[in-house]
Amino acid sequence: MHIPDGYLGPPTYGALWALMVPIWAWAGRMVRKVLSARRLPYLALGAAFSFIIMMFNVPIPGGTTGHAVGGTLVAVLVGPWAACLAVSLALVVQALLFGDGGITALGANCFNMAFVLPLTGYLVYRAISTGAEPNSRRHWLGAGIGSYLGINIGALLAGLEFGIQPLLHHLSNGQALYCPYPLKIALPAMLGEHLLLFGWVEAVVTALVVVYLQKADPALFQKGGPR
Amino acid sequence: MSTTKKLWIGLGVLALLSPLGLFIPEHFKAGAAWGEWGAEEIQTMLGYVPEGLNRLANLWKAPLPDYGIEGLPASLVYILSAVIGVAATAFLVWLLGKALVRKNGEAHPE
Repeated sequence: MHIPDGYLGPPTYGALWALMVPIWAWAGRMVRKVLSARRLPYLALGAAFSFIIMMFNVPIPGGTTGHAVGGTLVAVLVGPWAACLAVSLALVVQALLFGDGGITALGANCFNMAFVLPLTGYLVYRAISTGAEPNSRRHWLGAGIGSYLGINIGALLAGLEFGIQPLLHHLSNGQALYCPYPLKIALPAMLGEHLLLFGWVEAVVTALVVVYLQKADPALFQKGGPR
Repeated sequence: MSTTKKLWIGLGVLALLSPLGLFIPEHFKAGAAWGEWGAEEIQTMLGYVPEGLNRLANLWKAPLPDYGIEGLPASLVYILSAVIGVAATAFLVWLLGKALVRKNGEAHPE
């Protein structure tokens, strides 16, 4: 889901950069206001976990690869705004040091994977787990279901961003300028592989870590939770 | 041992296991992620490289492209990349935390 440089034209990557700047500013404000000191260690842990879990490429035999993102898990632990900043920083490191995801596309990648993905996952998690006891299965079920939906919404957005390029930019001879694949190819490809495989990897990883943390640090799942 | 310490050790174990993310796709003959092909792959797939894509694709030269260094053992560099990436990410978060807490005076108790 890491869109490289060159797949999005300037209007698309520019708009998504412009969208992310106020989102990051708002996230910083929210983190300052609501993140509790005892959850702070989970901010660095969550960012580092997101970085490393994205290195575990999972194959579709004979086809493409994909991976979990861990964004919903981070949001469950520190809230969606802190998760936005944490996953954004993991994406910055991936782009700058490892060329995984573009510089021009960093706004788009952060919008998909660091903002919409964790926020969707978190809202679903809260809807399922609000009021549940710290040891309730509603926590890991909610986090698992939320993470599955979150990563699929992220993939849907990436598919949209890829797929609108041939509509926006093409040469008179029909050649593409940026991503050459239209919506009817990009959307089913991105969404299909995440619905079928990578979404389940995300859900299982998320639920397993939540099960472990419910035992190891149940205070994280007290009523109220992070915002 | 505190939970967060155990989790950092867990991340270390994940770093050591990270080459699985390299070898398992290789074993199953899976290629790049959808939409993350390089110019050469695009050339093979389409018969041409879109002009804008070609122009923007080499905008940035990453020091460890695709978590590897040509000529060195892939799994070793992959593990090294995991360690460097985790350290860099944690450092940036630490910087951010400092910036946010300083403006605030102190973080909120729960």
